[in-house]
Amino acid sequence: MELFNSESKKIVSDPINVNNPISLQVLGICSALAVTIRLDQAIIMTLAVVFVLCSSNVILSLIRNYIPTRVRIVIMLSVIASLVSVVDELLKAYLYDMSKQLSVFVGLIITNCIIMGRAEAFALKHGPSKAFLDGLGNSMGYGLIIIVVSFFRELFGAGTITLPDGGAGYVLWRIPESWYAAGYENIGLLVLSPGAFIILGLVIWIQREFAGVEEDA
Amino acid sequence: MTGVEHYLSIFTKAVFIENIVLAYFLGLCSFLAISKKIDASVGIGLAVIVVLTITAPINWFLWEFLLDKGALVWISQDFKDTDLGFLKLIVFISVIAAMVQLVEMFMERFSQSLYNSLGIFLPLIAVNCSILGGSLFMVEREYTISETVVYGFGSGVGFFLAIVALASIRYRIRYSNIPPRLRGVGMAMLLTGLLSMAFMAFSGIDL
Repeated sequence: MELFNSESKKIVSDPINVNNPISLQVLGICSALAVTIRLDQAIIMTLAVVFVLCSSNVILSLIRNYIPTRVRIVIMLSVIASLVSVVDELLKAYLYDMSKQLSVFVGLIITNCIIMGRAEAFALKHGPSKAFLDGLGNSMGYGLIIIVVSFFRELFGAGTITLPDGGAGYVLWRIPESWYAAGYENIGLLVLSPGAFIILGLVIWIQREFAGVEEDA
Repeated sequence: MTGVEHYLSIFTKAVFIENIVLAYFLGLCSFLAISKKIDASVGIGLAVIVVLTITAPINWFLWEFLLDKGALVWISQDFKDTDLGFLKLIVFISVIAAMVQLVEMFMERFSQSLYNSLGIFLPLIAVNCSILGGSLFMVEREYTISETVVYGFGSGVGFFLAIVALASIRYRIRYSNIPPRLRGVGMAMLLTGLLSMAFMAFSGIDL
């Protein structure tokens, strides 16, 4: 199969826009909210999900003809759980501060419905190269949303923009003191959980305007 | 704090102050998908209570006697440095998947009516993050066994409360004039935000 023909481009680009896993398929919301307090956490989480989703899609697609349908859920869960354990251990070894901040949410990638959902809906029906592209597209669609949400939550909630580095994060930009002196204030609510729900709700709205999709309910 | 008071405080905390959905964002996928209908919400809420109360203590035993650092000393002193903690994700998720299956079979055998109302939701629960999250938080906070039971049950009740509340609000606004692209999930997220703000008021309670 040609790797860069229009069909495979569509597999990658659809989930980023018109079939976005978070805003349109409504998968993987749990972690999308928990890790979006700071931009660096969202970036690391995106990388973890890209790794897990691409690998699980490829592995499951390679063994798809040997999986009995009735026990497929257990097999999918064990493949995903092994991959997530690898990511968890890697983070503990190389980015210890970050793994402390993300706490249980790395482990919860296992039950992130995007991974199971894509395995069930795509990887078990297609070949490994297509499954890889599907994994890449979906994890990037997921990443796009959580990075946008965390950017706004951090900027307006805490007044900083933090990029990931080996330790506690590198502060790229901070709202200058003079702004605070002039009367600007951070919106503390955005750092708390209600802020996460509301910002994500608004981002989903805007994303659907772009994608031109609506739902009846 | 002693005795009952201590457990009461863990319970209240799990239900209101640190509600597993509204403060920790766990179990949101099924929370959003199922809250369209009230009866279905009650069904999945009850199923989550049952499964969380069962799986959290089982995982506690596995963690305490098998996986934690030095947990294997009951076999022999040679194992006192063995740390199987890295296996916890795989072990916990298998226990959850197995328990869900067991609960389903048990219900089918002994309570047909309960099975009919909860049956279809049980498989969904295996991949509900609130169940795995409950077990992981239990490990992280180093609860004892009785605290774990109370915490598991409390978190389940918290989930039940949140999903029934959201389902009722969504039922009320069915005929409201919402911008078309905001309908469905977008609106549900905004409502959850307001709900979570209301629950934050509990955080002033000092226990």
